[in-house]
Amino acid sequence: MTLLEQFRLWLATILPGWEWLAYVVPAIVGIVVILGFVLTMVIVFIWYERRLLGRFQIRLGPNRLGPEGVFQPIATAVKILLKEDVVPEKGDKVLHWLAPVIVFVPVLMIFAVVPFGERAILADLNVGIVYVVAISSISVVGIYAAGWASNNKYALISALRTVAQMVSYELPLILAIVGVVLMAGSLSMTQIVASQDIPFFILQPLGFVIFFLGTLAELNRCPFDLLEADSEIVAGYHIEYSGMKFAMFYLGEYGHALAYSCIIATLFLGGWQGPLLPPIMWLVIKALVVFSTIVWIRGTLPRLRVDQLMAFAWKGLLPMAIINLFMIAAEVLWLPETMLWIMGAVNLILAAGLILMWSKLFTLGGGRVEV
Amino acid sequence: MKFERYGIGIAKGMAITFKHLFRPPITVQYPEEKLVVSRRIRGNELVWFPDRCTGCATCAKSCPQGNIEIATHVGSENNYVVDKFELDAGRCMFCGLCVESCPYEALAMGVSYEQAQYRRGDLVWSKEELQPLNKRPSGYARPEIEAALPKQSLLIYGDKERDEGGQKLRLIPLSKKRGRGV
Amino acid sequence: MAIRTEPFILNVGPQHPSTHGVFRLRVTLDGEVVVDVEPVVGYLHRGIEKLAEGRTYTQNIPFTDRLDYLASMTNNFAYVLAVEKLAQIEVPERAEYLRIIMAEMMRIASHLMAIGFFLNDLGAMMTPVLYMWREREKLLDLFEMVCGQRLTYNYMRIGGVSQDIPEEFLPALKKFVAEMPTFIDEYEWLLSQNEILLARTKGVGILPRDVAINIAASGPVLRASGVKWDIRKADPYSIYDRFDFEVPVGNVGDCYDRYWVRMQEMRQSVRILEQALEQLPGGEVYAKVPQLLRPPAGEVYGHIEAPKGELGFYLVSDNSIAPYRFHIRPPTLINLTALKDMVIGWKVADLIVTFGSMDVCLGEIDR
Repeated sequence: MTLLEQFRLWLATILPGWEWLAYVVPAIVGIVVILGFVLTMVIVFIWYERRLLGRFQIRLGPNRLGPEGVFQPIATAVKILLKEDVVPEKGDKVLHWLAPVIVFVPVLMIFAVVPFGERAILADLNVGIVYVVAISSISVVGIYAAGWASNNKYALISALRTVAQMVSYELPLILAIVGVVLMAGSLSMTQIVASQDIPFFILQPLGFVIFFLGTLAELNRCPFDLLEADSEIVAGYHIEYSGMKFAMFYLGEYGHALAYSCIIATLFLGGWQGPLLPPIMWLVIKALVVFSTIVWIRGTLPRLRVDQLMAFAWKGLLPMAIINLFMIAAEVLWLPETMLWIMGAVNLILAAGLILMWSKLFTLGGGRVEV
Repeated sequence: MKFERYGIGIAKGMAITFKHLFRPPITVQYPEEKLVVSRRIRGNELVWFPDRCTGCATCAKSCPQGNIEIATHVGSENNYVVDKFELDAGRCMFCGLCVESCPYEALAMGVSYEQAQYRRGDLVWSKEELQPLNKRPSGYARPEIEAALPKQSLLIYGDKERDEGGQKLRLIPLSKKRGRGV
Repeated sequence: MAIRTEPFILNVGPQHPSTHGVFRLRVTLDGEVVVDVEPVVGYLHRGIEKLAEGRTYTQNIPFTDRLDYLASMTNNFAYVLAVEKLAQIEVPERAEYLRIIMAEMMRIASHLMAIGFFLNDLGAMMTPVLYMWREREKLLDLFEMVCGQRLTYNYMRIGGVSQDIPEEFLPALKKFVAEMPTFIDEYEWLLSQNEILLARTKGVGILPRDVAINIAASGPVLRASGVKWDIRKADPYSIYDRFDFEVPVGNVGDCYDRYWVRMQEMRQSVRILEQALEQLPGGEVYAKVPQLLRPPAGEVYGHIEAPKGELGFYLVSDNSIAPYRFHIRPPTLINLTALKDMVIGWKVADLIVTFGSMDVCLGEIDR
């Protein structure tokens, strides 16, 4: 029973005859708490990424506003909100308005099933992880709409790249999740966390790597940031956006990063579990560790080309994910529950072997088309 | 069978960026921290010494832009008296050829580089504005001035060897100004 | 049912983050695939060739700074060499060495910039650029120490250099020369074996050897295609015949080879710097040359190996104080003529990478 349900039952006992109120009040309280958490954390993440990226690049990053520049995201937000809202004259005006909303809302909806503690979860759905996958892919529709409605060729290229990328990377992502689900024996997020006495990234390293790479592609982060490749298609889908609408994309991007950092922490790093500190702190710390890795990768790696991106998903990640899934299924079926460490070792060897084998498929110099 | 492209290159690159996380930043917080410029700096400033100038206009002839305007009349001791010495900093490219060509060392480049103006008209320097009242002449083509100027700060010496002319000279401590959004 | 598609035209530039200046590529795309490319140049045209005809030989030196503004020192060098050839002026020994030192420092600085922005075009967001700028900054500090400016040096003069180096210059440069190989190793570690970089650049944007020769390409672009042609070796100007260095040569002519050749050239430049620092003699730095030089009537073509290729100055003198004709052979404009052959059929991302690997400088192309 989650804290919110308990709150509702308690309200129902003190307000007899007002049962509808007992449903509405906890819902509003939950939404406000989640929104507060998301917006605060997004601001922290924006600041954190800029500072950390700065340090990776031997510079300081924003440090003017407030101690160590913590108020810089707020200044950025104020600046963005005060900007003029420009709508392309020949664009699709309704879609142009709607696209940022479609991008931003699903990101908030993901947080409904992120467990912040043992009972601190907005809705403990029994199909929690399926819900996450289903909801998060709605954002693609928004990005596609933005690219289409902008009436800009750069935006259109970006939109089409996005769709191809998302469809491709959803598959290995889900197959990696299935491995987790098999081991946890439940689709519910709280159950998945509860079953991680040993974090799953030790038990299934390959699944973790595949999920992490799939997440990078879902988040459009480097090295899969083809849709906003600033050196090729300038800014991609949000090239024609400014003001509040651009802020929605910006928030959506970092909200998505926060959501997926939390989900990686939940699925593979043991979620809110941890000694001494309160559960929410552990979740935030783990999410920050994941996000730091994402920033680190962004600070190092170049970008893939669009056909290489597709090849990596379909020829690299997907077969590996399938092999990984069968391996884990076999281990769950035949290995006794007490021999988890054998499972971890076997999976580690499997991961190394598969990666080495697939490195033989690495070819150079392809990609030219006769025209 | 040799395995080479399994991600080792990516790992090496990540190691390098991680190493840089612990290196000191190389940027300078400009309005608060300023570097000591070269002793021979050709700053956005020209210094004109009226007592040394004979009005020979060699500088005007040597200017590639034809940017220096000199008007003189013959004075009482059969010398030139400079009526007008005008220079448009908006057109000047600070090549230093006028300073090099001056036979009487009456011109020098300046050390200052903060000469932005809001209007182009303000960039035209008249005789009075060119005089060395509040200016520091630089040592460009003027060895005796050069010797008196402070040593340039060099990035190559880093923070530890600052005595040998290291990177930073903190004119204003950063902490006091921080948070004011200068 | 077949889907009907049609190519569309995309203007890459004149305002685009990866065109390294104001350059416009009118690209015809079929989806992501480049079908046709039409470069449009001239956005930065300042008429330097015409301007130079109205100025004396010395007054033109600051204008050459504005050609390839990432390697101003070599522009000065090429111009004064041409004028000295025209007027038959002997340059003091120390000035020759200082020129070589400056030119090789400039080559390192220019290649650092080229490699950094090439990697930035590949999507390694700003990190390699900032690492390489750190070393470029050290060099710019030294240039500033010598001639008072960081971008437009105006250091070389007809008959020597404008001023002798200050006393703190040599220790700082020696420290740089000692440190630089470590930093080059670090750059190689950063991305040279990176799988993504290899996938993006190996075999991409190939400039075949015969095409490279036919279009008169020069510099690292030509050498990456496997032609061992370096004017420092082929037609040694100044005192380059006194130094021991190698000319790195690629074998395929793809983007990776161009990147690799630049990396190796920096190592060779460090070697030349080491030798030049050892041999540096004392003495004068400026030959006695009249203020208003009047070279004998005639014409001359002086060329040097600039960081980006063969930079040539063609001067015609009519025995007056200003050149009658002042023509510049910019290396990057001529290298750029190969771009179309190199990118047709590749993706738009490869177009950007190939263009970045050419290391163009628009100040030089448009003049």
